[in-house]
Amino acid sequence: MSNVVLKCVDLGIVFGGLAAVNDFDIEVHEKEIAGLIGPNGAGKTTVFNLLTKVYEPTSGEIFLNGESTAKKTTVQLSKAGIARTFQNIRLFDKLTVAENVMTAMNQSMKYSLLEAVLRLPRYWKEEKEAREKALDLLSIFDMQGMADVKAGSLPYGAQRRLEIVRALATEPSLLLLDEPAAGMNPAETAELMENIGRIRDKFGIAILLIEHDMSLVMGICDQITVLNFGQVIARGTPAEIQSNPVVIEAYLGKHKEG
Amino acid sequence: MSFLNYLVSGLSLGSVYAIIALGYTMVYGIAKMLNFAHGDVIMVGAYICFFAFTRYGLNPFISVILAMLVCTCLGIVIEKLAYKPLRQAPSLAVLITAIGVSYLLQNLALLFWSSNPKVFNPIIPNKSINLGGLTVSYITLLTILVCVAIMIVLTTFINKTKLGKAMRAVSEDKGAAQLMGIDVNTTISVTFAIGSGLAAIAGVLLCSAYPNLTPTTGSMPGIKAFTAAVFGGIGSIPGAFLGGLLLGIIENLAKAYISTQISDAIVFGVLIIVLLVKPAGLLGKPTREKV
Repeated sequence: MSNVVLKCVDLGIVFGGLAAVNDFDIEVHEKEIAGLIGPNGAGKTTVFNLLTKVYEPTSGEIFLNGESTAKKTTVQLSKAGIARTFQNIRLFDKLTVAENVMTAMNQSMKYSLLEAVLRLPRYWKEEKEAREKALDLLSIFDMQGMADVKAGSLPYGAQRRLEIVRALATEPSLLLLDEPAAGMNPAETAELMENIGRIRDKFGIAILLIEHDMSLVMGICDQITVLNFGQVIARGTPAEIQSNPVVIEAYLGKHKEG
Repeated sequence: MSFLNYLVSGLSLGSVYAIIALGYTMVYGIAKMLNFAHGDVIMVGAYICFFAFTRYGLNPFISVILAMLVCTCLGIVIEKLAYKPLRQAPSLAVLITAIGVSYLLQNLALLFWSSNPKVFNPIIPNKSINLGGLTVSYITLLTILVCVAIMIVLTTFINKTKLGKAMRAVSEDKGAAQLMGIDVNTTISVTFAIGSGLAAIAGVLLCSAYPNLTPTTGSMPGIKAFTAAVFGGIGSIPGAFLGGLLLGIIENLAKAYISTQISDAIVFGVLIIVLLVKPAGLLGKPTREKV
């Protein structure tokens, strides 16, 4: 079995007496695509917020590449290899497409403020490399041509794709995608599915995604975890999940006899 | 004096306002707060330069660098001690703290340097140059040139460097910026450092033109520069330049052609009219409330 990238043990958070997520366990391996599904309000995005330390967990532990993330901040976690996208797109609208991607590379650029002001060689070299790398990443989605357009003026689908590119620019080992297909039509979703698979193969990373579009989840996920009311109610391969009565009940309600 | 003369000296005064306004607008854009202590950082910068240059006879260039260094550190310290602990606090608490810091700086200056006005020697010779019938003093010319240089350097910095990109990203969405690995605290510190360093330059230029230095020297230009920042559209860097320059020109023309006494009233009157017509300022983008 390949390396475990993400491991959560009994992860939980309580908001004012309500356990939004409780005893959440998961293991995601290198080059694996894991799905996190569940009805609205089940706590899926909360899990992402816990993983990225937007919320501090009240219980449990998270291990990234075998190391506990307990003492790490959001910024340190980004450096350690977690990147994410957002359910409601959160691009830097006033920055260009290329700048959005380059912003995510800041941490790997070494030149100092002084070197930037004096325009020393390292500044030019690193800025040039960053832009080339940004264009290269954008080419995954055939977006190089839009590099100098303001992110806010992109069409919706392109904004979703740009968020994924921006997340990849932080060179993650774990990519969290929060409803990447939301608002996309079936053709766009199919294309996105293909691209998520390509990203996994090209970068060899682990991907954890939240998605309501079952064709996407069932089509590309290696394993699926189902949340309901903050609890894991089922776990397994797409085939197992599809035929699991507990999952069907959570989504559709209990079947009444007679 | 001719109209052109008034215009040029207005441009020079406006350049000082513009440099100060940058500090307000950058901090507002990134930390979403009004740093009312900014005007008093100008005063500190002018005092440092005064002591270095007039008292201890240091080279004027070194004196200005020294003033910038002290103000940069002061800006970072103020942010760390007074504003950083209030990052999650309501904006009113931050505003009150800023006013408190402003009074603290004025009173510390009063304590250390007394209320006696200091006569600030201009950092460059008090001479004039004749440009095709127009007599312009060196300091007027220097002020305008420095302002243009700052505008070019700052615009390039914001647009072309990683820190500039980080600043724009933080200004749009702190949370998303953090998740992309951008350290929001460092970015805010750098913003304060730049704004305060510029304030030192503004202080030196201001006192070279109006050589009367007291602990309250910074407050009126500070308020006017804040007005200029709002006038141009707070949060917008080109707006701060435009607002500053226009404000200086309006003030000077009002003094020349209407009345010295009510020139300030006219300046603020213009601001009110502009805000009635364009509530987001000249170059500000109207914000849409999401419902």
